[in-house]
Amino acid sequence: MDTIILYLAAGIGLGFSFFKDRKKTKSALQKALKAFEGILPQFLVVLILVAITLSVLDTATISRFLGTKSGIFGILAASVVGAITLIPGFIAFPAAAALLQNGAGSTQIAAFVSSLMMVGVVTLPMEMKHFGKRAAFIRNAFAFVFSLIAALFVGWVVGL
Amino acid sequence: MSEKRKKPGAKRYLGVIIAGAAFLIFILILPTYREKSLSMMAYQAKTMLLVIPPIFVLLGLLDVWVPREKMIKFMGKGSGPKGSALAFLLGSFAAGPLYGAFPVAAVLMKKGAAFFNIMIFIGAWSTTKIPMLLFEMSALGKRFALSRLAIDIVGIVVIAWAMAAALGKEEIGKIYQNAESLE
Repeated sequence: MDTIILYLAAGIGLGFSFFKDRKKTKSALQKALKAFEGILPQFLVVLILVAITLSVLDTATISRFLGTKSGIFGILAASVVGAITLIPGFIAFPAAAALLQNGAGSTQIAAFVSSLMMVGVVTLPMEMKHFGKRAAFIRNAFAFVFSLIAALFVGWVVGL
Repeated sequence: MSEKRKKPGAKRYLGVIIAGAAFLIFILILPTYREKSLSMMAYQAKTMLLVIPPIFVLLGLLDVWVPREKMIKFMGKGSGPKGSALAFLLGSFAAGPLYGAFPVAAVLMKKGAAFFNIMIFIGAWSTTKIPMLLFEMSALGKRFALSRLAIDIVGIVVIAWAMAAALGKEEIGKIYQNAESLE
């Protein structure tokens, strides 16, 4: 499957890197390990929350709120949640996949993923510090509108 | 990868402890959900632990091998499509969450990168990272991930252009001045 591609890419990359510079390869692996440990707490919390949430919510409930028929409200709700939350992709993707398998619609999930990545309400203060208030607001507003468009497009392509 | 804000171990895992306790209480009080939630957790953990290691190896390799300094040199005003392409690559090969991009953007501004390219960089960092794309493909499917990538590339360019137009020269100048004063 696709996981094999991932392992192949990592393996080939590691092989090349090791061949060219052992020291750099070692520090790359150390960085990888450190980064993994860095997200581990968040990862575990989300794991537990997803397990609780998805055991309580049955497929019917999820599809009522986030399913294809939830329409524009589902899309908006998903993108608002995405805009507010701050979860790294490697944690969000499996959770999103679980929602998809349990009755959520592609458009709604795409809205969540897109706004999660491009819009950052929580990090707005940091962004304002570097870009000023106006620029930060405008960028997030554009990104929010765009994530809705992207969601519609992805939903359309997946449904083809 | 950002190295700052390392809290001590116990404090970082406080959330896990609370969530774990909540979970225990949950399955004790509501045993009907026990089986489903445990199997859900096992399934999720298995998938993630299978997929995550190669992603982090890739991120580590990118971090070590991508020559940032060299790329930044070619992103100035008048660098044209080449500069924007570099900004896009620089963002796509980065590691870490979006807020990690802002300090890097400030450095780019100090080194004279064009504002349009900065916005391309921010956009790419936020949403078209290559290891993440691989992960997205395996979690949500190729169609989902690739169509999102395609529309995102368009969106990044449009947003960068719209930002430059909406802010105007004067305000962009102020943003650059502000970047100079940071750190």
